[in-house]
Amino acid sequence: MTETMRVLIVDDEPGMRLATERTLRQFQVDFPDLEAKLGFDLRQAASGEEGLEVIQSFRPQLLLLDHKLPGMSGLDVLDRIVEQKIELLTVMITAYASLETAIRATKLGAFDFLAKPFTPEELRMTVRKAAHHHLLQRRADELAREKRQIRFQFLSVLAHELKAPIAAIEGYLCLLKDLPAGMEPQQFAQVIDRSLLRLEGMRKLIFDLLDLTRIESGQKKRELAEHDLVAIARLCLETVQPSAAVRRIELVFEPIGPVVMTADRGEIEIILNNLLSNAVKYNRDDGRVTLTIAREADRIWIRVTDTGIGMTPEEVGRLFGEFVRIKNEQTRMILGSGLGLSIVRRLAHLYGGEVSVDSTPGEGSTFSVWLAPADCCDAKTATEPAV
Amino acid sequence: MQQPKHTILVIDDDIDFAQQLQISLKAAGFGVRIAFGEQEAEQALREGRPDLVISDLMMEHMDGGFVLCHRIKQQDPTIPVILTTAVTSATGMRFDTISADERAWVKADAILAKPVRFEQIIREIRRLLPEA
Repeated sequence: MTETMRVLIVDDEPGMRLATERTLRQFQVDFPDLEAKLGFDLRQAASGEEGLEVIQSFRPQLLLLDHKLPGMSGLDVLDRIVEQKIELLTVMITAYASLETAIRATKLGAFDFLAKPFTPEELRMTVRKAAHHHLLQRRADELAREKRQIRFQFLSVLAHELKAPIAAIEGYLCLLKDLPAGMEPQQFAQVIDRSLLRLEGMRKLIFDLLDLTRIESGQKKRELAEHDLVAIARLCLETVQPSAAVRRIELVFEPIGPVVMTADRGEIEIILNNLLSNAVKYNRDDGRVTLTIAREADRIWIRVTDTGIGMTPEEVGRLFGEFVRIKNEQTRMILGSGLGLSIVRRLAHLYGGEVSVDSTPGEGSTFSVWLAPADCCDAKTATEPAV
Repeated sequence: MQQPKHTILVIDDDIDFAQQLQISLKAAGFGVRIAFGEQEAEQALREGRPDLVISDLMMEHMDGGFVLCHRIKQQDPTIPVILTTAVTSATGMRFDTISADERAWVKADAILAKPVRFEQIIREIRRLLPEA
């Protein structure tokens, strides 16, 4: 895609303006690294005063500014530009490459210099440099804006997720306050149970949020050591055992032998706990959860298969987003923060790995995480996209 | 306990809000049935005519409440419908600004913004069911 950069030429010599315009009119710069091509839209002004007027209406992104002008000088124009906080790149054109002018202009934020007389090639080189700078700056601005947007979205969804349980618990408390005589014992128990459940959900959300922040910021000190994932998995299975037992869900884990890798124990626990508790939560009563951990070539695979409600391809597509919870008739009673899988994915990335899911609605899902044991120690990847 | 004179159908996929409404409406002497979504609501409507419907506006489908309300009124225009919605607090969009055309289409007898106070709902019910 060819973009256009607006360029204003301010020079009192008509010949200079014409020559400059002629050099740049058909000029195009190509930046394959930025996947951009740039053409130029040119305007002229014969004095500093006129130049300032054109700047207001034309909004140039690049200003080719002669220093020696009849009325106000090029430096005066630059002064005004700074005063009015106009954002553009200025290339000062000076007849005598005077050091003093150069220093003053640099202090005023001029981007570059061009000494008269210059060849068309020199002009093109200078403009090319300015164009590159302009594009880089714009990309940086876009990225920063996007990042702000993501952060804002994250915070507003988070606020909503925290507000919902508060509203629910508040509603129950108001009922207890207003209807002490009107409530049946069974309703009373229901009110207490739901309130506790929503509180638990909120606590889980806060804990997940802390996990996520630690991973994102890279502040948590990773304690890498040799661990047997099979041994860690046994403990994690014990943790989910009670909630599985209530619904008679069988937990199956039949490792052949230890699977040792260099890892942070806490991180592996978070991965396993998230996958196992999901597999129990979204299972059917009397269902089964099967865990396998195996080394295959240079990867370590953790697979958790459930016999639960499964997901449609459309639901799978949305699954790894933050605060995404698949909402349907079957998941209504299930609480979750919507952060678990997002955390699992980030942790998998820390180990150079990935998480994926294979699911059939009504039959169940298999979540697979693979980790690369060899180059797992680069914690830097954790610090990159902070939200 | 005497048989309640009026039955209210509460349609909301927010299980906590629906239960709270059920408890306070029962305490106020109404019979209550709950549907946790559009499908259950259709089922409940087939099973018997409620005296009044309180429905959430946005459930699994963005405008589920609107569509449901429209359908109820089509089948039996005498059933009063109260729509509750968290849209205002979530997005700042207000329903008093919707056009007359839209209002005519929606046909809800009242639209209440969540969080709703239960006294407010009961006041609306008594207005719409004067004999209650």
